Amino acid sequence: MPSVRFRLNGVETEVDADPDRSLLDILRGQLGVTGPHFGCGAGECGACNVIVGDRAVSACDTPLWSVADKDVTTIEGLGTSEQPHPLQRAFIAEQALQCGYCVSGILMSAAALLKRNPSPTSREVKEALDGNLCRCGSHNRMVRAVLRAAEEMAAG
Amino acid sequence: MNQQAPAPSQPALPASLAANPKLSSWLKFSSAGQVTVSPGKVEIGQGIVTALAQIAADELDIDLSRVQMIRASTVASPNEGVTSGSLSIQQSGRALRHACAEVRRIFLQQAAERLGVDIDALEIEDGTISGPGNVRTSYWELADEVSLDRDATSGVTPKIATRRALAGSSTQRIDIPDKVFGRPRFIHDQTLAGMLHGRVLRPENARAKLSESSEDGARAVAGLVAIVRDGSFAGVVSETEHGAELAVRALRKGAVWSDGDPLPDENDLASFLKAQPSELTVIDTKTAMSSATAARTIRRQYTRPYIAHASIAPSCAMAQWDGDRVHVWTHSQGVYLLRADLALVLKLPVENITVEHMEGAGCYGHNAADDVALDAVLLARAVGGRPVRVQWSRQGEMSDAPFGAAMAIEIEADLDAQGEILAWRHSIWSNGHAARPGRAAQPALLAAFELEKPFPRMISTNPPQANGGGGDRNSIPLYDFPSWRIESHRLTTMPIRTSALRTLGGQGNVFAIESILDEIAAERGEDPLAFRLRHLRDERAKDVIRAVARRAKWKPEKQPGIGYGIGFGRYKNTGAYCAAIAEIEGAEEITVRKLTLAVDVGEAINPDGVINQIEGGAIQATSWVLKERVRFDRQRITSAGWMEYPILRFSEVPDVEVELIQRPDIDPVGAGEAAHGPVTAAIANAVFDALGVRVRDLPITRDRIIAAMELTS
Repeated sequence: MPSVRFRLNGVETEVDADPDRSLLDILRGQLGVTGPHFGCGAGECGACNVIVGDRAVSACDTPLWSVADKDVTTIEGLGTSEQPHPLQRAFIAEQALQCGYCVSGILMSAAALLKRNPSPTSREVKEALDGNLCRCGSHNRMVRAVLRAAEEMAAG
Repeated sequence: MNQQAPAPSQPALPASLAANPKLSSWLKFSSAGQVTVSPGKVEIGQGIVTALAQIAADELDIDLSRVQMIRASTVASPNEGVTSGSLSIQQSGRALRHACAEVRRIFLQQAAERLGVDIDALEIEDGTISGPGNVRTSYWELADEVSLDRDATSGVTPKIATRRALAGSSTQRIDIPDKVFGRPRFIHDQTLAGMLHGRVLRPENARAKLSESSEDGARAVAGLVAIVRDGSFAGVVSETEHGAELAVRALRKGAVWSDGDPLPDENDLASFLKAQPSELTVIDTKTAMSSATAARTIRRQYTRPYIAHASIAPSCAMAQWDGDRVHVWTHSQGVYLLRADLALVLKLPVENITVEHMEGAGCYGHNAADDVALDAVLLARAVGGRPVRVQWSRQGEMSDAPFGAAMAIEIEADLDAQGEILAWRHSIWSNGHAARPGRAAQPALLAAFELEKPFPRMISTNPPQANGGGGDRNSIPLYDFPSWRIESHRLTTMPIRTSALRTLGGQGNVFAIESILDEIAAERGEDPLAFRLRHLRDERAKDVIRAVARRAKWKPEKQPGIGYGIGFGRYKNTGAYCAAIAEIEGAEEITVRKLTLAVDVGEAINPDGVINQIEGGAIQATSWVLKERVRFDRQRITSAGWMEYPILRFSEVPDVEVELIQRPDIDPVGAGEAAHGPVTAAIANAVFDALGVRVRDLPITRDRIIAAMELTS
């Protein structure tokens, strides 16, 4: 079995697996990283979004080979309760979810946005999250939370 | 006849507590300064667990952080039926409040005895009980001396609203940190020791029979543990999830199915619904005090399509056998009800089955959670004692789970010469809106219909009006029309599987009533809001309408391409009051720019939680109205993914403002389903305001608007 190496949440990781398998499959299966969620398996809902390099991608239609030697960040690598990412703090402050199943993917899309655009407008946040589906209708709270995190990050 | 009247001095216990009176089944004090609270209702993304924790902490006078909420399980939890119908606060909340009030009283009595002081001189602060002369003890010190294995009485009254510290405050939800840090909290993210993975094969047409299946391909997949076949039910179990996916794919290739039964014409649902055999129920009639002659009669027909639950997660369950006993982990809305159905299918006593709740993704009614639990049980039976986790595919979730039922609604109004309503007739044609597990002598679970010895397919029924009704929910007018007749035709055939989806028939009926009212008001040249106020007698109803009007500055000046509409309803006619004003923009393609809502749920235990539910309901309703429709050809459901069943996206979501009218002295009711009907009607009425056409068939799409325009011109 060929092996693929990449950095997962900052840690060098080597996986022996068919390189055509999806990154999500490897993360949730072999690696036991369950933050990215399976939603559709077709890259249409964003529940499995992770950051590869500096872009948010859906892990379910990202082949393992394509992340070789790259940095992969999942929700687990975004922050912890001891050292939360400003987005995580803001999502708690805004109570920006109902069921929360989509949230781990949405936080990754938002984190990638704030990296390339630290002070987005509300419209830009919505555009960046347009590939993420939320069924409970928490969209507006999530947009508010992203804007709040951006402000907090700007204030240092 | 010898009827015993209830003692007048003893108020009745809340229903849930009367059904589960043992106090220790609701709460226990653990040694480490904690209280474990065990409600029978479950978290389905609505924040109920936090609201119930607030109620318990309040009544016991302890800090919220001391409350540990236990997930419902058939081992020990009170049996509170199903978490549905916006009833959890009403049922579980009231029961818990009374149970905690009584427990507090029992501990105070014990403390008074031990400390030798009068009970009325004692106070409780964060669980510490203290009295004059600096005497003190605590719940935890006394826990060993006090048995809660006793039945609740109705002798203790909970605190009055003004003495509650937490209820009425927007406490942060206790489940949210896990979810934003990606900690495994969902059933989907759990692993059991030795866990295997299962997948089930299902036909494109639900009634198709598996006539041939070749297992060679599946057997060749590495890690395969078992192939299960029982009639038309077939599935695989593998060491890995990936292996299970590959094996079921191979099994599908080797499967031959019979044709099954034809599906209706998706473009003519009203004709289909009206042509089917049905059972007629007269829901309500009102006879006019005096007779007046109608100058004319208007008749309008409204339809709504089948609607999918379309949760972001496919349904998932785990099961593990131990001899003739089985343990099931599920995100079902009712652990006891699921257990009852599993017992029917497995022909086992319920004692042999343990059903334990774990959180799933957002649940909007009877989805596939129960179905996948039986799938897991059947697959796990083939692998000895190892646990099996089964997860449905996106396609399965969108085509095999029950849908919200399509409806055709006809309203006829007799009007006098001034356009005032004299008589009102409302008729509904729809499949039943409920086929939940655990309520009948036959199971409601999908795999049960597929076995070699199949159970009959359940035909959905409607709950009685006393429980809010089903297809007829919200069909009785809240307005003071002089006379009416409301009737419901429940189909007795069911080519497309339906069951409970948020509001049951409420969304369709409120859409129809509020649309035709708008039309009648417009023809009279009367402001639609004034028209409604004139026909309402209930001050709480009028208050939400006035509040939403103030908040949205009704009615903003006319601008080209912009329209405003209003909708009002009281969920189930007995629950939350909600009024909505929609602002829309567009011509053939419309955008909902803003929704303003006012809501009255009585006492709001967690105001931000209520607002979150109303916002969510409003946005979900917007999605239903603008986009959603289960698609099918004559053979199969074709809207099996997000491309064919689009839902509202971030860029399409309207601004939502919610005004909450707080009534701390009125018993609380749920908020999760209050917004859908009013928002649906508000959007449809705003479309008329902007474009001058009435779209009476949901969803309101570009094609439907163009068709309505052609009809008008």
